[in-house]
Amino acid sequence: MNGLVYLSNVVTLELDQAKCNGCLMCTIVCPHNVFEIVGKKAVIMKRDLCMECGACDKNCREHAISVRSGVGCAAGIINGILRGTEPSCDCSSSGNCC
Amino acid sequence: MHSDYITGSLSTTAGNVPRISTAWSVNDILNTVRIRWAIGRMNYKVEPGLYAVGNPDNDSEVFVTCNFKLTFDHVRKALSGMNSWVLILNTKGINVWCAAGKGTFGTKELISRVTKLDLSKIVTHRRLIVPQLGATGVSAHEVKEQTGFRVIYGPVRAADISEFMHNGMKATREMRSVEFPVWERMKLIPVELSYGRYYLFLVPALFILLSGLNRHGYSLDLAFANGLRSAFNLLVAYLAGLAVTPMLLPWIPFRRFALKGLLVGWVAALALYLLHMTGSGWVETVSWFLMIGGLSSFLAMNFTGSTTFTSLSGVQKEMKTALPVQIAIAALGVVLWVISKFLSV
Ligand code: SF4
Ligand code: SF4
Repeated sequence: MNGLVYLSNVVTLELDQAKCNGCLMCTIVCPHNVFEIVGKKAVIMKRDLCMECGACDKNCREHAISVRSGVGCAAGIINGILRGTEPSCDCSSSGNCC
Repeated sequence: MHSDYITGSLSTTAGNVPRISTAWSVNDILNTVRIRWAIGRMNYKVEPGLYAVGNPDNDSEVFVTCNFKLTFDHVRKALSGMNSWVLILNTKGINVWCAAGKGTFGTKELISRVTKLDLSKIVTHRRLIVPQLGATGVSAHEVKEQTGFRVIYGPVRAADISEFMHNGMKATREMRSVEFPVWERMKLIPVELSYGRYYLFLVPALFILLSGLNRHGYSLDLAFANGLRSAFNLLVAYLAGLAVTPMLLPWIPFRRFALKGLLVGWVAALALYLLHMTGSGWVETVSWFLMIGGLSSFLAMNFTGSTTFTSLSGVQKEMKTALPVQIAIAALGVVLWVISKFLSV
């Protein structure tokens, strides 16, 4: 669903088109269809839909993409602040939280 | 260890592989409900390793998934009628999406399972079908380099597997997109509610106790009459933030969850005011607006962790301003509420 959009202009997603070989991988792994291939090069089409999951970064063999990935979760961030660590979720056993 | 989904075993060139059923037992169904409602913090895990569905041979596809039993159940159900292999990674009982984020559903674990199981002896092709949400943890080109297996990203939902196969192992845009419809959001509400269950009882109990305060000392009658009303108001605040906001998410104005929660909280407070539930004096009424607004806003913001479209940078930005405000207005509300006890009667 592309209806739910979060805040604008906050995500850390960067694409270096010079390195891109048009392999399509980022368009396959992105759960929010952020990328499209235009003229054999990836283009960030819907930046604000990016949830910083890091899948594109991890699967781009040319290292053309970078994003600071993490879980966008308030509880996780509070956890991180309390423990002085990076935002981390503390849901060891139950399956639904992140 | 014997589990009721294991129906036999299949011998392969690399040893015996347990065969699993694609049907759900009554137990599976009951446990699914139990897990959804987070009754008991039990782990619901499957032994990692390779499993057979039907009569797979060396050309059958290998479906990779996590060892969270609910996910495993959905995958084996989706594979019914398809001779195939299921490769379970050890994600410590956590679903693919969360485990991929943490890295337990990841490149290293996948490579080590494939190597340890001698998968290249069991199948002659070199394909692994990995759920697309696992891509956050898996680097396809690294897996290829180290094992020779090509990672093919399959659909987000297990239920789409059969269509994906018919489609020549190509996921359509719909299969690749993460949706977050009303039904999905509603399924998460019991989980959200159960996390807060201690506060759910503690805080209202405290309010009932404090409700007896007045300028003449303490009155049990008051504690009873006003206390129950207070407890009810708090319950409304919980529901506003934890249930109503998530459910109506796309239709509530504002992008920030904190603002959505605040708005819903205030609408709820207004309703309570009209029902004469917010006390007689204006001080108490204002205190309820502050407390319900702050609480609902905070709880709504916490729902960001359960959504599939909020980014870390976004949530951090939102919290920076929202959290102090929420704490401030809720605290101010509590102070006013206590003051109102001494103003009335
Ligand atoms: S994965 Fe990398 S190389 Fe491939 S299309 Fe995307 S940006 Fe280009
Ligand atoms: S980080 Fe995730 S959501 Fe953002 S563009 Fe990459 S794959 Fe898409």
